[in-house]
Amino acid sequence: MEKLLLLGAEAIAQGAIDGGMSGVYAYPGTPSTEITEYVQHNKIALERKLHSQWSANEKTAMEAGLGMSYAGKRAMVCMKHVGLNVAADAFINSAITGVNGGLIVAVADDPSMHSSQNEQDSRFFGKFAMIPIFEPASQQEAYDMTYEAFELSEKLKIPIMMRITTRLAHSRAGIETRPLKQENKLKYPEDPVQFVLLPSNARKRYKGLLGLQSLMEQEADRSSFNTYYPARNKSLGIIACGIAFNYLMENYPERKFPHPVLQLGQYPLPFSKVEKIVNECEQVLVLEDGYPLVEEMLKGYLDKNSKIKGRLDGTIPRDGELNPDIVAKALGKEVKFGMKVPDIVANRPPELCAGCSHRDIYNALNETMKEFGKQKVFSDIGCYTLGALPPWNSINSCVDMGASITMAKGAADAGVHPAIAVIGDSTFTHSGMTALLDCVYENTPVTVIISDNGTTGMTGGQASHATGRLEEICIGLGVKPEHVRVLTPLPKYHDEMVNVLREEMLYEGVSVVIPRRECIQTLARSKKDVKVKVEEVVK
Amino acid sequence: MKSDIILSGVGGQGILSIAAVVGMAALENHLYLKQAEVHGMSQRGGAVQSHLRISEREIASDLIPEGRADIIISVEPMESLRYLPWLSESGWLVTNTTPFVNITDYPDMKELLAEIEKLPHHIAINADDIARQVKSPRSSNMVMLGAASPFLDIPYQSLENGIKKIFERKGEKIVQLNIDALKAGRDFSEVHKKL
Ligand SMILES: Cc1ncc(C[n+]2csc(CCOP(=O)(O)OP(=O)(O)O)c2C)c(N)n1
Repeated sequence: MEKLLLLGAEAIAQGAIDGGMSGVYAYPGTPSTEITEYVQHNKIALERKLHSQWSANEKTAMEAGLGMSYAGKRAMVCMKHVGLNVAADAFINSAITGVNGGLIVAVADDPSMHSSQNEQDSRFFGKFAMIPIFEPASQQEAYDMTYEAFELSEKLKIPIMMRITTRLAHSRAGIETRPLKQENKLKYPEDPVQFVLLPSNARKRYKGLLGLQSLMEQEADRSSFNTYYPARNKSLGIIACGIAFNYLMENYPERKFPHPVLQLGQYPLPFSKVEKIVNECEQVLVLEDGYPLVEEMLKGYLDKNSKIKGRLDGTIPRDGELNPDIVAKALGKEVKFGMKVPDIVANRPPELCAGCSHRDIYNALNETMKEFGKQKVFSDIGCYTLGALPPWNSINSCVDMGASITMAKGAADAGVHPAIAVIGDSTFTHSGMTALLDCVYENTPVTVIISDNGTTGMTGGQASHATGRLEEICIGLGVKPEHVRVLTPLPKYHDEMVNVLREEMLYEGVSVVIPRRECIQTLARSKKDVKVKVEEVVK
Repeated sequence: MKSDIILSGVGGQGILSIAAVVGMAALENHLYLKQAEVHGMSQRGGAVQSHLRISEREIASDLIPEGRADIIISVEPMESLRYLPWLSESGWLVTNTTPFVNITDYPDMKELLAEIEKLPHHIAINADDIARQVKSPRSSNMVMLGAASPFLDIPYQSLENGIKKIFERKGEKIVQLNIDALKAGRDFSEVHKKL
């Protein structure tokens, strides 16, 4: 059978399509974006007209996915780890309502923060919601687990979390696929109040969820994704979660482990297998690409000197992603060192593209702020966050999507004037609209700059919900039309931009300034550059 | 056989086009392949790298351990040095000498080339010049792949086939330009490698 060469993220998408999914709901976020993009371009998905349009944010995605499940069909919701914070309310409650059609929540974590503001571990959320979690070691497992997860979800009537990390999401390997399944037919839930979480009903449903826990554990104990590799030398046992298993194997090229190994790919923890390895080995090393979740559970709170080794006792660094070398050191193996990086090699941080519209607005903003003073600019997450770096040093915050406007509001309430927010168009429709409504409600003096490049730039140029409707949204939320100002961010309009910014900063109410010019990356792509095309083929 | 390859460059230089061709060639030879790419933040003009592993045996880790890479292929000279900790003692460093200067403290070119010259196994090639010479100015990445090809455990013909597959939608002319670029890079290395 011919293999497909897929990223881990794409393997999840292919597994979901083949597993009979009717729709994916997602908001872009590295390293999860490619799951949805794959569905958007997949032939079968297009033939079947599977839903794959972007959602406004992760919460709306999660809710729409739950709605599709309510209707009896199989749905998948995708996001990066911090997206799950946004979707958390819907996510946690979806475990209480349970599902009708199979529901997968695929979350991509980013240990070492390659493209993120933290390295939170989504398995904690899965455990918090008390649902099963799949954590693949390889692209093939990512495919197989997703393919099977719909069935488990429908069997338990519970959503299933798929958790991957950056390296698996963005690494390509050959995948063998399985037969394409039919989609489910529309079918209402048997119990008409299953999804009604009124307290009286919610209490019942919660007891149901608690009652399911032992069944989930049995499933995990039986699961072929939790494999016990027996071995003679029991001075050490190794529990390897998800991709950590690959790093472990890399250190045993002959594929023979001298110590017992438990490969973990399905949670909750498979009790009897975990009990076995802990009981039969003198020490147990826990390898997990993320927070020490399993390690903490095994170590307990009081048992500080326990025989459990990992991130908590310093055997493995407390933060950052794993790699084969870190695992080698933890195993006491000799690690090779290559050559040193010569001193003359300079740092090369990411930067705003030449010709990017954000550059022009920051130039204008910096000039305006000479009159108004420093440290008054709150910003957000997107390409424009690079305005925090030299030569601009224009912004003073980047916390979570939408926070620029609300932080500016709080600062304005505290007396900062002018209080300025810089936010991107996609971030604005993700989480900035309610923030703006708060400002309108109290007529807080804030100047909100929505730097509109017509796309979701940072994650590779996905369509933006804001395109073509930003002014209407702002006016609809109650911003006075004369204080919604649209600019063209180009060097030749520099003075005009400075003037408008000054005027609006002096205004004692809510104003929105919209510098609008297309992202030069999406512009180049529409010009069909060969190099860019090649990258698309590779993607 | 196995080839552990580090590809490096600057976001936007398209190092993944090299990975794509090698990937196709690996498939043709029924080899296992793992290729860890970089997406996201650093693609905006920052340092980017990709770990590309090819083997006749199943590959465990998506990342190459330190000191084990057989070759670094860099489309930018300073970036070639950033990944020296991964290069094995017997490994080759194959780099383009055309700098991509988007930072103010870019090192002096002479010093940079001197650092590259220090390595026992290296090929320093002006891929941009050579691409222009073969009238394929946009194909410097294929020049680089050609220059690296003598050190890869992959038949040269398979790389050509890979180019055909990747670029076929662009028409025969583009395919041929890229094959010419590959050949020019290959010829350069055949002359300059001192084994
Ligand atoms: C909750 C959450 N979801 C997704 C992301 C990933 N993300 C970071 S920036 C960004 C896009 C921002 O687009 P836009 O606001 O239009 O700015 P641009 O990058 O185009 O300048 C996304 C989706 C995130 N950091 N947090």
